[in-house]
Amino acid sequence: MKTDLTDTTSSKINKALVLGRRAIGTPAVGMVLTLVIVTDEENAYDALKAANEASREHPSRTLVVIKRVSRSPRDRAKARLDAEVRLGADASTGETVVLRLYGEVVDHAQSVVLPLLLPDAPVVVWWPVNAPTDPASDPLGALAQRRVTDTYAAEQPIQELTARADRYTPGDTDLSWTRITPWRSMLAAALDQVVCEVTSAEVEGEEFNPSVELLAMWLAERLKVPVRRSKSAGPGLTSVRMETSSGPIVLDRPDGSLATLSIQGQPDRGVALKRRETAELIAEELRRLDPDDTYATALKFGIERLDEEAATLAPTPEQDAVTAPAEPAAAPAEPVEKPAAKKAPAKKAAAR
Amino acid sequence: MSAVHGANPLRDAADRRLPRIAGPSGLVIFGVTGDLSRKKLMPAVYDLANRGLLPPGFSLIGFARREWQDEDFAQEVYEAVKQHARTPFREEVWQQLIQGMRFVQGDFDDDDAFEKLKSTVEELDKAQGTGGNFAFYLSVPPKFFPLVVRQLKKHGLADQKNGSWRRAVIEKPFGHDLVSAKELNEVVHEVFPPDAVFRIDHYLGKETVQNILALRFANTLFEPIWNRSYVDHVQITMAEDIGIGGRAGYYDGIGAARDVIQNHLLQLLALTAMEEPASFDADALAAEKTKVLGAVKLPKDLGESTVRGQYAAGWQGGAKAVGYLQEDGIDPQSKTDTYAAVKLEIDNRRWAGVPFYLRTGKRLGRRVTEIAVVFQRAPHSPFDHTATEELGRNAIVIRVQPDEGVTVRFGSKVPGTQMEIRDVSMDFAYGESFTESSPEAYERLILDVLLGDSNLFPRVEEVELSWKILDPIEQFWDKHGKPAQYQSGTWGPVEADEMLARDGRSWRRP
Repeated sequence: MKTDLTDTTSSKINKALVLGRRAIGTPAVGMVLTLVIVTDEENAYDALKAANEASREHPSRTLVVIKRVSRSPRDRAKARLDAEVRLGADASTGETVVLRLYGEVVDHAQSVVLPLLLPDAPVVVWWPVNAPTDPASDPLGALAQRRVTDTYAAEQPIQELTARADRYTPGDTDLSWTRITPWRSMLAAALDQVVCEVTSAEVEGEEFNPSVELLAMWLAERLKVPVRRSKSAGPGLTSVRMETSSGPIVLDRPDGSLATLSIQGQPDRGVALKRRETAELIAEELRRLDPDDTYATALKFGIERLDEEAATLAPTPEQDAVTAPAEPAAAPAEPVEKPAAKKAPAKKAAAR
Repeated sequence: MSAVHGANPLRDAADRRLPRIAGPSGLVIFGVTGDLSRKKLMPAVYDLANRGLLPPGFSLIGFARREWQDEDFAQEVYEAVKQHARTPFREEVWQQLIQGMRFVQGDFDDDDAFEKLKSTVEELDKAQGTGGNFAFYLSVPPKFFPLVVRQLKKHGLADQKNGSWRRAVIEKPFGHDLVSAKELNEVVHEVFPPDAVFRIDHYLGKETVQNILALRFANTLFEPIWNRSYVDHVQITMAEDIGIGGRAGYYDGIGAARDVIQNHLLQLLALTAMEEPASFDADALAAEKTKVLGAVKLPKDLGESTVRGQYAAGWQGGAKAVGYLQEDGIDPQSKTDTYAAVKLEIDNRRWAGVPFYLRTGKRLGRRVTEIAVVFQRAPHSPFDHTATEELGRNAIVIRVQPDEGVTVRFGSKVPGTQMEIRDVSMDFAYGESFTESSPEAYERLILDVLLGDSNLFPRVEEVELSWKILDPIEQFWDKHGKPAQYQSGTWGPVEADEMLARDGRSWRRP
């Protein structure tokens, strides 16, 4: 059932939740967390849809905070809160409250959200777009144990990643990191199969995809070897290649769905590695609410180090001959070109 | 395998997103055309693959008498998966799985077939990189166990060579009494070392059963009252609404007690009653379970404290049901029990004097498995008798299936101007607080076999101790009387109600 409240307050919303529950005959259900989605009107529908699907796995109270844009001084001065309370079939397995904030109250969203949090249950804040640079000190982010951002949706993903590394607080996490879990687990499984020493690695993926950087940094950090990145047309990540003492290990996914794992001395094998929907990513994210230390160490590894070490690797000619027969020109040029291209916007971001 | 894990720089205990993926391995299913294989094993393998928990190159070999080609087998698996898998069907996962699917046709005494199985295994090691690691799942009637196991040995399939493993998975029944269980164990252990034999009790793979340990040992709320000072008695129930179906050949002569109490219910009893293990590893768990099963004591008068029954004709949930003796293939003189209830006591400081009532049966009211820990009444009540007339005993009920969860029953004041106290329940349901996609028992257990993790598998000692508990009861039943008749669709024979009434208690209606 759906209740619309205009020009309302948090306590009226709470009352509507209790009344609604009583009306549909289900008393307080076992909701395990409060998920706060902070978004604009444009992205609200998709985000809520994903959250509702994820709530099948994690029944939760979902609060969608939509900050409306005010277009005149009069609008800006007038504060208003509208709410849409959804229960039962309209809200998947939990409860959903869509909050629309107008005028001044936009800057005080935490005052609306705080009274609506479930008692004692963990709070997760998710910004599908326009995440603050420092989520932990954002007034809404400060309410949460877990703060989920998505650098993939950012204008300049790579710079944003660097900014996140600088401001990292335990509990921060990013969906571009979540996206690579299947890759990481498959690469770890591949190394279970061969006893070998990894000497270098290469991660290939589409441009402006921070998952490439995160995967590369994770590999570099764990394996302590130079890792370089290269561009492809996508979709998403397309391949990872590890040079090892017992020949190369290649995980190649050209179509975003079925990948091939090739290990020297072993037959090629098909592996399902489909790109996942946002709902699945959010569900994975909600599975563990403790700080993700592995993400922290990978993120803090530093994108610059990736480039430096890849550059030192680039001159080894025999390596290249083995690594990239298909793209002889592009691959060596890449690492040299990339840092230069990135330096300038990085400064811009800092200045802002 | 653990050595390899330690050397893998991409593995890190702190990285909890990475699932436990089984190492390179394959699964051989004997009796692959059977019901269990179609409804549970194949879908479980697919679900595991879909969750990304199987290693690349995982292989599945079916072994059966049917004249199938690899493609026919793949088709059969495909249909089983489409029909019974819990996760949505995804083509790319299927494509990954199908590469390692093989079928070997033959009888269990057919040497050529086992040679072919051996060459298939070797071929898969080359083609799929399974590394010689294979688990043999014996989904066959127990009388074939010795034959299959000996064939595996004869053809060198059970040999664990240079770092690879071979494991055997067997299903209940593990014998039909202590002697036969010992014989079976000897046969199996002759070929596979004890740590390579996995006995499947699928109840232990269920989330709710594993949750018994979490509930008891991760909380402070329950353990202090989990003893004879507060607990009045414990009821463990496993009821089925179906009859024996087409399993007449298997069921007659075995009966409910051997089929269910010996394994599932005694395991549930062990988990409910055991002391806190030193750690959650397989050895520590087994030690505590063995200890508590060893402390189980049978009541002196078995006639007074055990009941067996047979379902008679009646109506079950709106459908007419025939009685057990009228089922096809059942001897009308059969004394096999389709209902069994026993009272057990545990001789230790924690439980002395607290009876554990175990019951199981077919064609009962509805399908349900639960553990009810019923508490004593408050020693003194400040409320007068009329106020607490409707107040029962407090209880904690662990609902194992269906509608998994935990219920706490306690008294609460009825709103109004009078003081009146009535039972209410506080409920935790898995479906509400957690995922609907929690793994199926077989998924978890197959993964554990591939990982070599034996936490959730009963050991030889537990199986033998369980038979020691049940054997005297079965022997008593053989000599005395015959099963009581109970109408299908009810909660068992009146004798069972009388048994509890003698102790001043009554069965819960689950």
